[in-house]
Amino acid sequence: MNQADFPLLNTTHLAWLDNAATSQKPQAVLTAMTDFYSTTNANVHRGIYRLSEQATAAYEAVREQTRQLIGAASTTEIIFTSGATAGLNLLANALSSYVLKPDDVILLTPAEHHSNLVPWQLQAARYGAKLEFLPMRTDTTLDLATLANRLHDRVKLVALAHIANATGTVHDIQTIIQQARQRSIPVVIDAAQSVPHRSINVQQLDCDFLVWSGHKMCGPTGTGVVYGKQAWLEQLPPWQGGGNMIRTVFLDHATWNDLPYKFEAGTPNIAGVIGLGAAIKYLQTLGFDQIQASTETVYHYLLDQLATLDFVQVLGPTDRTQRSSIASFVVPGVHPHDVAQILDQHNVAVRAGHHCAQPLLRQLAIPATTRASVYFYNTTADIDQLVIGLKQVYSTFHGYLSRTNSGAL
Amino acid sequence: MDIYQEQILEHYKEPHHFGELANASYTRHEVNTSCGDDFTFFIHVTDAGIIDAVGFTGQGCAISTAAASLLADDINHKPLAAVLEYSSDVMLNLLGIPLVPTRLKCALLPLQAVTRITQPPL
Ligand SMILES: Cc1ncc(COP(=O)(O)O)c(C=O)c1O
Repeated sequence: MNQADFPLLNTTHLAWLDNAATSQKPQAVLTAMTDFYSTTNANVHRGIYRLSEQATAAYEAVREQTRQLIGAASTTEIIFTSGATAGLNLLANALSSYVLKPDDVILLTPAEHHSNLVPWQLQAARYGAKLEFLPMRTDTTLDLATLANRLHDRVKLVALAHIANATGTVHDIQTIIQQARQRSIPVVIDAAQSVPHRSINVQQLDCDFLVWSGHKMCGPTGTGVVYGKQAWLEQLPPWQGGGNMIRTVFLDHATWNDLPYKFEAGTPNIAGVIGLGAAIKYLQTLGFDQIQASTETVYHYLLDQLATLDFVQVLGPTDRTQRSSIASFVVPGVHPHDVAQILDQHNVAVRAGHHCAQPLLRQLAIPATTRASVYFYNTTADIDQLVIGLKQVYSTFHGYLSRTNSGAL
Repeated sequence: MDIYQEQILEHYKEPHHFGELANASYTRHEVNTSCGDDFTFFIHVTDAGIIDAVGFTGQGCAISTAAASLLADDINHKPLAAVLEYSSDVMLNLLGIPLVPTRLKCALLPLQAVTRITQPPL
């Protein structure tokens, strides 16, 4: 649905199936950004002149839109960043310095995007803390039977993805948040793959922190959001220093601005945030129920079609209620780069590689996978194009599929 | 031009010189972490400095595996000193197919193992 709103999809015969990496942008977002630069461009929170006041008002209006999007209590809880990676680094730095002592534990899952793993590794090394991981089944679902024991006394932080980007596996964050809450352990949810697809309410979820990127939800690159409960954000120290995050500066020290500005140092990505606002408006006008329904129709068609190809093996849970929008697969005997290259010759864009989740693939003993990921604007015709490409993969490599010395899976 | 030509697929299916060399004078392991391609080259060199036996092990995509196989064929019986000076053009000529920038990494991984083979391991 709505492919016509997307200039790039409208002018090519591309089957864009790399939505988990980034989404395409509707005209409304491009127009909002051009309009901002053409009519309203000025720095925010600075000028006394009207243009700066207009720019500030437009920027802050997106904060209110974002608050509504995730049902946060207050705009003071919405911090704009350059993306999920920046948000996770912000939280890893600020939270770790506030809560971690030597021998403390940060609890993660083995399936995290590198951006929700490496920042914690860096902080663990800095504070003498350790990383522990929730157990994962071979179908990549989390085994929460022993969750109570995993949330032991030394665990001071929990961080995990709502939806794993390498496989599309949906984690039961509700259960994890509830049990962590009983022990007063803060939980960081990496929602990079979920906010674009479903309506999220942070107060219902009762999560302490939620992080995502704008560019996977029709917004521009270089935008992202950190949600944090006010009580937490007030206690945490700032991460980056600079303009806007300060109240008073002396030669040897400074005091901090109010929330959320304490965490927004320097000139923000103003036009990007304006574009993000246009993206949120675009998605809300379609409605998240509709977005989820359209995506699911194409996604289930994708899974059905892949199931008919006996040379393709899809990773992740078979229960579709535990999956979202992503199908990561292998063609035994053919390297994912070769699969993706042949698909490219059929104008099908998919991702091939480790999807920034090397430890997960190592645990599954797979060097790399091919990943097709859908969004609401994809159609069953895109999937048909993928299937034609995959049949070409089979006919090209037919007779080579059972080799054992190379590309073997 | 389709990069999956008969020659490439044949080398992928039955790579030449595949296997370890027991009495290797030099070995070198190289990986491409972005796709998991992983090759180890083994060569034996005579007193006169001529490569007289080649082997390689590992796994990779069709392009990198075919590159390894073609390169192994090419360097056998050549002076080591000359092989160490190989440029990427030599490898691309051996492959004889057009490659997009992301696939160059695949194509050049075996060459990297060979041209670094006398260097101390990382
Ligand atoms: C689950 C998950 N977390 C974090 C990220 C990092 O997002 P970005 O690269 O936009 O900062 C991504 C995107 O690739 C992701 O899928």
